[in-house]
Amino acid sequence: MFRNTWCAMALAVAVVPAYGQDVREELRQLQQRIQQLEKRLQETELKAGKAQEDAARAENTAAQASARPAGENAFNPAVSLILQGTAARSSLDPNTYRITGFAPPTGEIGPARRGFSLGESELVITSNIDPYFRGQLVASFTPEDTVEVEEAFFQTLGLGKGFTIKGGRFLSSIGYQNQIHQHAWDFQDAPLAYKAFLGGRLNDDGVQLRWIAPTDLFLELGTELGRGRTFPGTEPNKNGTGLWTAFAHVGGDIGTSTAWRTGLSYVRTSPQDRAVPDMDALGTQSFTGRSNLWIADFILKWAPGGNPTVTNFKLQGEYFRRKESGELDFNNVAFGDYSSRQSGWYLQGIYQFMPQWRVGYRYDQLSHGTVSNGLGLTAADSPLLLTDYNPKRNTLMVDWSPSEFSRIRLQLASDKSRFGMTDNQVLLQYIYSLGAHGAHTF
Amino acid sequence: MRIVLTTVLFAICSPALAALNVLACEPEWGALAKEIGGDRVTVYTATTALQDPHRIEARPSLIARARSADLMVCTGAELEIGWAPLLQTQSGNPKIQVAQPGYFEAASVVSLIEKPMRFDRSLGDVHPAGNPHIHLDPRNIERVASALSERMAMLDHAEAASYRERTKAFLQRWREATGRWEKQAASLKGTPIVVYHKNLTYFVNWIGMREVGALEPKPGLPPSTAHLSELLDQLKREPAKAVVRAAYNEPRAAEWLAERAKVPAVMLPFTVGGTDRAKDLFGLYDDTIERLLPVAK
Repeated sequence: MFRNTWCAMALAVAVVPAYGQDVREELRQLQQRIQQLEKRLQETELKAGKAQEDAARAENTAAQASARPAGENAFNPAVSLILQGTAARSSLDPNTYRITGFAPPTGEIGPARRGFSLGESELVITSNIDPYFRGQLVASFTPEDTVEVEEAFFQTLGLGKGFTIKGGRFLSSIGYQNQIHQHAWDFQDAPLAYKAFLGGRLNDDGVQLRWIAPTDLFLELGTELGRGRTFPGTEPNKNGTGLWTAFAHVGGDIGTSTAWRTGLSYVRTSPQDRAVPDMDALGTQSFTGRSNLWIADFILKWAPGGNPTVTNFKLQGEYFRRKESGELDFNNVAFGDYSSRQSGWYLQGIYQFMPQWRVGYRYDQLSHGTVSNGLGLTAADSPLLLTDYNPKRNTLMVDWSPSEFSRIRLQLASDKSRFGMTDNQVLLQYIYSLGAHGAHTF
Repeated sequence: MRIVLTTVLFAICSPALAALNVLACEPEWGALAKEIGGDRVTVYTATTALQDPHRIEARPSLIARARSADLMVCTGAELEIGWAPLLQTQSGNPKIQVAQPGYFEAASVVSLIEKPMRFDRSLGDVHPAGNPHIHLDPRNIERVASALSERMAMLDHAEAASYRERTKAFLQRWREATGRWEKQAASLKGTPIVVYHKNLTYFVNWIGMREVGALEPKPGLPPSTAHLSELLDQLKREPAKAVVRAAYNEPRAAEWLAERAKVPAVMLPFTVGGTDRAKDLFGLYDDTIERLLPVAK
């Protein structure tokens, strides 16, 4: 409203040649008078309008009153639960899984365990807290009988101007796949690049500021400050921040059938004594220094006429580039310069060829790049870190989703993460979601 | 210099001069907002008549539109539960949050039918609040038009009088048309039909037709061969007059059944833009009735 008046004024001034002070003065007075009148009109109408709408609603509420839940549980948040499990075969032992030439942490990055295995069961609780905040908890019950907090965050609703602040522990908005929960992935496991450069995914403790531009083209800018809790950080015991990220995404539609989004992200952290989990090395090693990671991502979704019910196609890819420099500590006795420039990417396509059925293919590749150290270490001393090898993987999947709430997937992979060895993997996976109908991000 | 300045000012100001930025979740509400607002509103419709409103993704273009919307008009009753909440939480726009004046749910001013007695997903993707496809009963359009007009007047008081006037004129034309449609469709009373999804029930009830089956075995599940053959057996015992689907429902299952049951398969626009003739709400009802009339004979 104010903007309109302002614009009208400005235009008037611009279009009408200036006739001196008196015209402007007159205009100013007129404007004041209009504003006063508008204010009065607005107050009257607000009252009248509200009364009418209230009456309409009251009539309707009376009709529906019996259906409303009452009592203390009426304000229960939306609760949903994800159940997952796998039955897997692999030609190499998943417990000895390594990505040669890269030094990600051990643990969650390995392929599914052999035989029957429960996956992570996720409990999601989410609700608006008040008109200003929204909260969400995603707790994950691991098959090892532990509970992990995957996400527990608040988010603002009322900042306005396109700004949103998120705080707590949350999946970072860098890249594309990072902020998608594992049960919504198109393959059972993460792309190699995510495993090698982020230890599977980035969900730090911290704050995020996000801004959406007021344009028809989607433009999102954001930054996050975190603790550097997990790989590539090292849980620093210090004041201030241990990790920061920045990301920018643009997106839109091409006709009614295609939607796309692409972006660039940056992650900076300073690991301290980050251990290299190398069983075959001749001594223990750890890295201290700077880690800079760039991610370029894109996603394209196509469905005839924008209706994905029968057929649809999804093409997704991300490119990672990391530069680390600092000091390598070998056996706690020798220290030397260390620097690396490594990269990796994946590309995947998922095609729903008929209702309920999808097939997908993913190609993964990492490039060892250049790794140099001032200690004169060779691949024989530290095979995991220094072997010049480019891991690759091919993955195929077909899944069947009887409804929106259930999915059964067969996945085959030929995984050349380990130097000189091919791991052939077959797995069958189920994913069920119970409770509230979740909304999935694009 | 002055020309440059004027051009720049026009560029900045012109979108804002159209006072109210409306984001409509479905085409019917986009069309209604246009009837009420005329050229005083800019309306962006998030979905087309060829898209299933249950299965829309909160894609970037929609988040961008939600960011600058003054008013988001949706059906509600959980129809858009898979995507509208994301538009609200991701847009950083406080105006369109739930319970704010800038978020309007059409279903909140209408009495919903088919409220499930049991909430259980084994019954399919049922909506706990009732059947949300309310726009094919003209009396519902009337109720929504009045409430929406008041909401728009409240948000944009400068144009309040114009909204009310336009709504009054619209409602008058609408009531006349409703009377005409009721007369036109009198011969359809009692006609049994098979539907695809339970998305025509308000229309069926209004006209007094009978829905004797649905191609979906359970709401939200695609038609299965087993269910279709059961339906076919049922139709042999108690024949229906047509197999009716919305423009966004895939045609194959409806055609398969219609061919075997030897009845016509009828495609309805379902909402504005579903067929060439369904250009606005009036065209939608005109075309829907005309496509059904031959069935009664």
